[in-house]
Amino acid sequence: MNQTITQKIIARHCKKNFVEAGEFVLAKVDFALSNDVTSPLAIKQFYKIFGEDKRPKVFDRTKVAIVLDHFTPNKDINSAQQNKFTSEFAKKFKIKHFYDGGCVGVEHALLPENGLVKPGDIVIGADSHTCTYGALGLFSTGVGSTDLAVVWATGNVWLKVPETIKIIYKGKLNKNVFGKDLILATIKKIGVDGANYKTIELTGEVIKKLSIFSRFTMTNMAIECGAKNGIIEPDETTFEYLEQVQGSRFKVQSWLKSDKGAKYCDEIEIDCSKIYPQVALPHLPENSVNVRDLEKKIYIDQVVIGSCTNGWLEDLRLAARVLKGKKVNRSVRCLIFPATPRIYMQALKEGLIETFLNSGCIINPPTCGPCLGGHLGILAEGEKSLATTNRNFVGRMGHIKSEVYLSNPVVAAYSAVRGYISES
Amino acid sequence: MNLNLVNLKGKVFKCPDNVDTDIIIPAKYLNRSDEEYLGQHCLESLDENFCKKVSKGDVIVAGKNFGCGSSREHAPVAIKASGISCVIAESFARIFFRNAINIGLPVVELKNASKLFNMSDEVEINLAEGIIKNLTKNAIHKIQPFPEFLRKIISVNGLVNFARENLL
Repeated sequence: MNQTITQKIIARHCKKNFVEAGEFVLAKVDFALSNDVTSPLAIKQFYKIFGEDKRPKVFDRTKVAIVLDHFTPNKDINSAQQNKFTSEFAKKFKIKHFYDGGCVGVEHALLPENGLVKPGDIVIGADSHTCTYGALGLFSTGVGSTDLAVVWATGNVWLKVPETIKIIYKGKLNKNVFGKDLILATIKKIGVDGANYKTIELTGEVIKKLSIFSRFTMTNMAIECGAKNGIIEPDETTFEYLEQVQGSRFKVQSWLKSDKGAKYCDEIEIDCSKIYPQVALPHLPENSVNVRDLEKKIYIDQVVIGSCTNGWLEDLRLAARVLKGKKVNRSVRCLIFPATPRIYMQALKEGLIETFLNSGCIINPPTCGPCLGGHLGILAEGEKSLATTNRNFVGRMGHIKSEVYLSNPVVAAYSAVRGYISES
Repeated sequence: MNLNLVNLKGKVFKCPDNVDTDIIIPAKYLNRSDEEYLGQHCLESLDENFCKKVSKGDVIVAGKNFGCGSSREHAPVAIKASGISCVIAESFARIFFRNAINIGLPVVELKNASKLFNMSDEVEINLAEGIIKNLTKNAIHKIQPFPEFLRKIISVNGLVNFARENLL
């Protein structure tokens, strides 16, 4: 039977040759992830699973990562208490990939960078943007804390095999159009629930030429159209990246692609030559328009460059190229969040951090920062922020009467200089 | 959620389309995970008096894509702790749906739900029979039964017990 790459990966993890869309399966998990927000609830549920009578045990301490990236460095007493609780759990069960203190980076950049996720895997994370890793040709999806607790306890997750929407990207990319613009345009086309419960498989000549980081940006936002996972078949770009992060050549597995004749519930073609730099207006990621089509100047109070969507080195390079020799507008706070310590170090070596400082940007530690309204850049009533992040929901970055606009890092950098949303 | 819970009865609190988990419980409250605290702040971004308006047993009726966004289980936990006994929506975002099933918060999909109920309508739900009664409008709505696999999780009140009994 012909299957999509997602079906094939799931089938292999429940010892079947074929799984059908809609079927419920119990699948083996290769890697499990949680953060400082989702871990405390998961820990409580984990102990409940074992109850009084059984000795609690983590299925495989080497396959678990806990990353304290949301509210760190501890933003207040409650966060400090939670992180202490989670740290004690990580130590007690000798969790191998526990990231705290100076090791912290944004989880979805940290795991690929450390070679912890690889093509063909099933990765389950208590964070909705776990779908990011699909850019490497694996099945990864976000769950809640109880699902994750069950993964910790048993190494298994229940899954309903998703139907797949194939999205084919054609045409030539316009200037300053990146993965972010493609995925925003896609979400606009299909809507914030357009792929609910489904897989989006990103294909076509444009994807083949896209950098691994632009690919990560796209699969990262699969959840913003409701998708269970986003996936891209691994190719030479994937293998080169893996070689860099893992230090050895990844063994290419020929089965890791969709069969000809695999069943898709929908096929959508996107002509990229019609896509220009995008901005998603408040309060849904589907509200994107071409920046050049904005009728009025939208003045902003803050720019955020970072997050699991656009905190990669490539994003910082793009922003720095715009900001070099220019000053951030005096009415704008421009916040930079390198996604990981390694990215931070490389940005330092390449002089990007110096460029940012000279421009008047604020350099922050590698965390999620204000993306989810945690800390380090919260908005006041009536304030507007342009961010390279992934969500612009009501109150997402602070006061419920504040506004978030989403864009790529080049638009963000130009806008920081101008003081209003601009692509040049 | 126990399918034999036949006495779900309360008044309707209506929500629009695309209610995201930041609206249900914003990040500023995620530095704690105790149920009562989360319940006190449930949906306050939508209506600051939500908690004063709802009584134990009340039912949320929402449009499409309820619970979209973050995977925070704090969202269904907050709803459950606020006293809401069931969420009826035209559709649910998948992580929220899973989380609700996993922690035992009844969630039911119903076509055109927004049009079928007004704010404060009296409603009675019988999950075992798959029936929702709008007592105010004197209307009965059939709901799709849950798939067999989910019924197993539901029948033991959530995923913790299911895992304990079947997976350890």
